[in-house]
Amino acid sequence: MKLQTMIGAGAFALALLGTSALTAPAFAASVPTGTQLAADQTFNYRVLDNINSLDPQVLEDVDTSYVAENLFEGLYNEDAKGNPVPGAAVSYDVNSDNTVYTFHLRDAVWSNGDPVKASDFVFGWQRAVDPKLASPYAYFLGLVGVKNADDIVAGKMAPDQLGVKAIDDKTLEVDLSHPVPYFVRTTAHTTLFPVPQAVVEKFGADWTKPENIVSNGAYILAENKPGERVSLKRNPKYWDNANTVIETVNFLTINDVNSGVTRYLSGEVDQTDVPPGQFPAMQKKYPDEAHSVPQFCTYYFDINMKNQKVDALKDVKVREAMSLAIDRDILVNNVLRGGQTPAYFFSNPHTAGFTPPDVDMAKMSQADRDAKAKQLIADAGYGPDKPISFTYVYNTDEGHKRIATAVSQMLKEKLGINMQLQDMEFKMLQDVRHQYNYDVARDAWCGDYNEASTFEGLLQSTSSENDSGYNNPDVDKALADSQTAKDPNPQYQTVEAAIAKDVPIIPIYFYAKVFLQKTNVKGWPYDNVEQVWYAKDFYKTAQ
Amino acid sequence: MLTFILRRLAIAIPTLLVLIVLSFGLMHFAPGNPFMGEKHLPAEVMRNIFARYGLDKPLWQQLGEYVWNIVTRFDFGPSFVYKDRSVTDIIKQGFPVTFTYGLWSFVAAAGIGIPLGVIAAVRQNSWADYVAVGVGIGAQVVPNFVLAPILVLIFTLWLHWLPGGGWNDGKWNYVLLPVVALATTYVANIARLMRSSMLEVLHSNYIRTARAKGLPGYQVVLKHALKPALLPVISYLGPVFVGMITGSVVVDVFFSTGGIGQWFVNSALNRDYSTLLGVTVLLGALTVAGNLAVDVLYAWIDPKIRY
Repeated sequence: MKLQTMIGAGAFALALLGTSALTAPAFAASVPTGTQLAADQTFNYRVLDNINSLDPQVLEDVDTSYVAENLFEGLYNEDAKGNPVPGAAVSYDVNSDNTVYTFHLRDAVWSNGDPVKASDFVFGWQRAVDPKLASPYAYFLGLVGVKNADDIVAGKMAPDQLGVKAIDDKTLEVDLSHPVPYFVRTTAHTTLFPVPQAVVEKFGADWTKPENIVSNGAYILAENKPGERVSLKRNPKYWDNANTVIETVNFLTINDVNSGVTRYLSGEVDQTDVPPGQFPAMQKKYPDEAHSVPQFCTYYFDINMKNQKVDALKDVKVREAMSLAIDRDILVNNVLRGGQTPAYFFSNPHTAGFTPPDVDMAKMSQADRDAKAKQLIADAGYGPDKPISFTYVYNTDEGHKRIATAVSQMLKEKLGINMQLQDMEFKMLQDVRHQYNYDVARDAWCGDYNEASTFEGLLQSTSSENDSGYNNPDVDKALADSQTAKDPNPQYQTVEAAIAKDVPIIPIYFYAKVFLQKTNVKGWPYDNVEQVWYAKDFYKTAQ
Repeated sequence: MLTFILRRLAIAIPTLLVLIVLSFGLMHFAPGNPFMGEKHLPAEVMRNIFARYGLDKPLWQQLGEYVWNIVTRFDFGPSFVYKDRSVTDIIKQGFPVTFTYGLWSFVAAAGIGIPLGVIAAVRQNSWADYVAVGVGIGAQVVPNFVLAPILVLIFTLWLHWLPGGGWNDGKWNYVLLPVVALATTYVANIARLMRSSMLEVLHSNYIRTARAKGLPGYQVVLKHALKPALLPVISYLGPVFVGMITGSVVVDVFFSTGGIGQWFVNSALNRDYSTLLGVTVLLGALTVAGNLAVDVLYAWIDPKIRY
């Protein structure tokens, strides 16, 4: 469960912004009058060792994007609920069919005093798609509809053909290849951040070194020691500096989740993840500090539909029986114990605008599910005299192992199925899945943006992420139709119904972010399911 | 002696080359690549990345260019995963960290282990021996991944004396726990080795002669027995020294020091080919140098040895 996937998580949700948003106030630390602020305004945040780059167009994982979101500022930011609020832009205009966006930039400067210009955005976006830079997120601009992005990535056009131009220093115009009503939300994504053209051109790949870097966010880089810490300090030239309270942000590398707790308890970090299974104990011991909030991810099993070697798994009755027999309540309440919720369908229920499907299985009692599962196995012609055996592969991790062990016991006891467990290194699992060289495999997905296609799209037969190899023309058609539908929910219901019927994947649970946080840290966006945060919105009270 | 050193250095070059070729082959043989994340990148994007890092070329050509860049420019290339730094940057930042706590650990391990072993041997079967052997075995059976959390529990959580991790530019209170965690096991090994070697020497004829001459005990031990007894310990200390200054995965990961030790494991797991090769070459070169130093020390300590 490496959360590399969650980048972009902060990106967007499907909601058309009304004109009221044009003048919405910027989000900043709002300290109630009379609050006693702490003398030391340092926010210490635990990260895994994966701060892989500070270049907005190059970086590619969640923790790294948190650093970049504090260093740089895109056109729009996210508020505590995940809605867009003005950042480097003050407002925007959009044409009637949502294909041309014009952003009006505020008078802001880079940390070296140079003005932030529309051309800095154009430069950043063009380098994101430039094959020479080879950004792993190059595809993002095409995904959100920026004109010609895919052709430039494919080397068929020059980067300057990208659908973005600076009308003048303070006006940026974006041309989209198709209507994208939620485009403004995507501008909070690091790939669409501006970069200081003069500095990047002067220093090349070294421009993000502490001695060279120039940024436009609320913080500037003080230190970068991979594997130990990244330190940011307040940027006095930031346009909203007057409302910033936190002086220093330290991203401290702590790989081990238990060391994280130790260093949290000794006061070295202000927030840390709770180790799997320990949430109830932590909640009891630290009721004001232990939190569990929904996270935008789904945990599921892939069943190989393309190259299945186990005959029994080719039978939909067997697949359905397995799904029924897995007692998700036991998994979330007794194994995970961190506020996760059982999953009977694929798209995360917290997805904006998504109506969760009405799945039969969800309404049954576990006893009924087990009875039906046994019947299905018998109907399929399997039983004690003809047992089913297959191998389940997962990446080495204590949490995954617990889930696998519990599930194998459930399947053995209820259906007589022998599920052998095989753990492997993460990269190996990815390879095995992408090559369709498995029987059943562990999988998980975190939404790239807050709209259900980020999940449902995985079931498309042509999706590069379709690791079960599911191929259903009806699903493909529904997904194609959903792109132009005014309300895509009926199409998504079709996809979910197909998943329930064909069982190419078995949804297990919806994630929760389970963490400890010091009570004197105020302003954390608990309600933002994508957990995008900006230290400029926080403050620390005196204990 | 000089010819010997030069000859050894000459042999080191093909040794390192073999090391590079083997590591390079094994690395590329492992499934996956540095750019595979949980998300499957579109083919065009992956192609651009491969082209940018030269991974689209045939393997032999990649290998050739890699070695050529090291030989001509001492350039180990960019990290494939930590994209805004080169392998040289990573080593420059991480090696001083591990060198610092490694050196102190070495000093502590040798400084405590050798006297402990000598005392145990000289006072064999006395309480001093039992204490030394007991401490040695105790330290041996507690591996550093067990010791490190215990140290943090005691000194960070209970006593609030020392930080539970981080490096902070090598401030003493950040260095102390990593040093103790790393040195302890070695103290035990060195003490046991020193004790048995010392015992053997103390039972040899020339020591009996020295004693018969009426030399005082301390002089027999320090002047006559210590030097030869040190020989096996020194051959052990050479690789230990190299191992210590290149750090420990457990210590680096547990204490988040930012040292070079964790890169061995990290870069292998991430398939960060260039970083993995870089740190492997570094460790290989230091090992060759360490062994050479041991051989030179041997000649200095034992006049019978001539090269």
